[in-house]
Amino acid sequence: MTSQDDTVTLKRRDLFRMIGSVAGGAAMYQAMTSLGFAADSQYAGPIKLEGNPKGAKVIVLGAGWAGLVSALELRNAGYKVELIEYNNRVGGRAWTIRGGDSFTELGGETQHCSFDNGLYLNPGPWRIPYHHRAYLDYAKRFGIQLEPFQMINFNSYVHSKDYFGGKPQRFREVQADFHGHVSELLAKTVQQNKLDQSVSKDDQGLLLDALKEWGALDKNYAYVAGLTSAERRGYEVPLGGGLMPDPVGGKPIALPDLLKSDVWRALTFGQHHYWQSTIFQPVGGMDSTPKAVGKVLEDVTTLNAKVTAIQQDEHGVTVTIVDSRTGKEQRQVKGDWCVCTLPLTVLSQIDVQVGPAMKAGMSAISYAAAVKTGLQFKRRFWEEDDHIYGGISFTDLPISQIAYPNFGYNRPGKGVLLGTFAWGEPAFELASLSAADRVKAAVEHGSKIHPQYKAEFETGVSWSWHRSPFTLGCAAEWTPEQRAQHYRNLAEINGRVILAGDHMSHMPGWQEGAILSALDAVSRLHHRVVSA
Amino acid sequence: MKTKIILAGLILLAVSAQAGDSVAVTNSSAGHANLLGSSHFAATDGEHLYNGVCAACHMPNAMGATGAGSYPALAKNDKLATASYPVMMVMNGHGAMPSFRENLTDAQVAAVVGYVRTHFGNNYTDPVSLDEVKQVREAK
Repeated sequence: MTSQDDTVTLKRRDLFRMIGSVAGGAAMYQAMTSLGFAADSQYAGPIKLEGNPKGAKVIVLGAGWAGLVSALELRNAGYKVELIEYNNRVGGRAWTIRGGDSFTELGGETQHCSFDNGLYLNPGPWRIPYHHRAYLDYAKRFGIQLEPFQMINFNSYVHSKDYFGGKPQRFREVQADFHGHVSELLAKTVQQNKLDQSVSKDDQGLLLDALKEWGALDKNYAYVAGLTSAERRGYEVPLGGGLMPDPVGGKPIALPDLLKSDVWRALTFGQHHYWQSTIFQPVGGMDSTPKAVGKVLEDVTTLNAKVTAIQQDEHGVTVTIVDSRTGKEQRQVKGDWCVCTLPLTVLSQIDVQVGPAMKAGMSAISYAAAVKTGLQFKRRFWEEDDHIYGGISFTDLPISQIAYPNFGYNRPGKGVLLGTFAWGEPAFELASLSAADRVKAAVEHGSKIHPQYKAEFETGVSWSWHRSPFTLGCAAEWTPEQRAQHYRNLAEINGRVILAGDHMSHMPGWQEGAILSALDAVSRLHHRVVSA
Repeated sequence: MKTKIILAGLILLAVSAQAGDSVAVTNSSAGHANLLGSSHFAATDGEHLYNGVCAACHMPNAMGATGAGSYPALAKNDKLATASYPVMMVMNGHGAMPSFRENLTDAQVAAVVGYVRTHFGNNYTDPVSLDEVKQVREAK
């Protein structure tokens, strides 16, 4: 890029910032798009809140990502800020469990993690897509080191309890065989002239060429055992040297089995825009970035504070809090404005003085069930025996996924893997168990995929998001109808209160959604303050 | 945290055809949450449904729990006196309570509501009628 281009880019960026701070994110994005600039993120670089807030004070409720970003940027813009947090730590769901940590679920079960040093579980978010530009920018500004997260590992397992004799299949085999069979079927359809109506004769030739290569078909457009399909699905007798045995390709899985077992669904995971490469994880645990942001806000942060009421009038906002550990020591925090990032599950139960439309929105949205379980093993058998280095195995057992650590590859010694990542129906089923039983279930189910589990298992912890005292669920589940009816009502400034959080974004459950929501909220709030 | 994730925003709820109420609901940002094509709960009797779904939040002893917010106790709960209230909550949800209309059939809703109304210190023995459940489903 020439220096002239740099100048143009910077000028444009300043223009976008100006539009954003005055007219809000939607107008900014429109401006970016019309200049051909918008890619796959609505993040437009570090926020600049121009203008003097004249000593206005903002109470920020919740020190997860949305609260941290709101407090940070408002204070940088000259506001007095007070940050109130229920937990005894900042970060919210962006949290990491390590050896020595103790934590308690709703219902009162306390777990003590005894993972070895350097091993951990991210019970909440655990990956950062390359297009989550806002997160990546904050991570860069706070010096957080990232490493690749593997979404797809071709050598991981895809497992169905009722098919293939319960034997896990390799991801590469399922993918190659599904592509191969479908390509063969389509090629046959072309050859039987059944596509004459929709594809020209010339294009049919091109399509056949494409199917042959895409599906690893043989010269007769058939997907069969042999060295061509083996180049995709792997070998029964692998490639060797000298007078070692000649390579042999294995027999493909039959199409009806692929269809009936539903294992093909595993192929769609990595194709979702959220999960396309490159994806990252912070080195050492997901809590590192929010902790770094929280560090610079320590002097304005109150931990262990449960919000019990939010009241407002024409002069200001009053938030009532108690000690979250005892329910006692009630006191009131006063400010001019409030950025409220509490989850809707919590907010809908608090005495909040806002208009009826916003109140209706708060009560309309429930949060998804999700369960994660971390298991420590004496050795990294998934690498040593199964040759799986990072990535995820998929199963239709309730544990749903087994995710292998994306660091410390090929080293001797212990490892912690994610033994459960359940959503939806299986998550409810597991969430209804005690944490101790969830760990047992993870070992029992996981041993169907890795028989080494039972001999190698040492210790585990489990977190059910519906039993999370600070969220009462994993992430907001918006239906399209709810979005149409409530989203704007929740997002607009209501008197002196504005909501932010991943629930106030189009990507609930993602840190990026929380950050973008916070940036949009503080921009609009600031505009209101300085133009008053 | 899908991840529908969610992650979050990360769940695909596709309901298998049961009891004629098959509806496929896809979250706008959905990926597949798991390898299952269905998010329908398998259990049919009230006790298993309670222990496999409700107990996640209301707890196995139905005493509920409190953190930053609360899950109400279903034990000795006067609000269960008329079946229509719990049926409506299970079907439509409210606040932190999710809607289960896409995950439970009318018969399952009747079974689990009937179970809760006759256990945990509740003694409301009038049966939960399928017609009433159907009406609540169709009212929305």
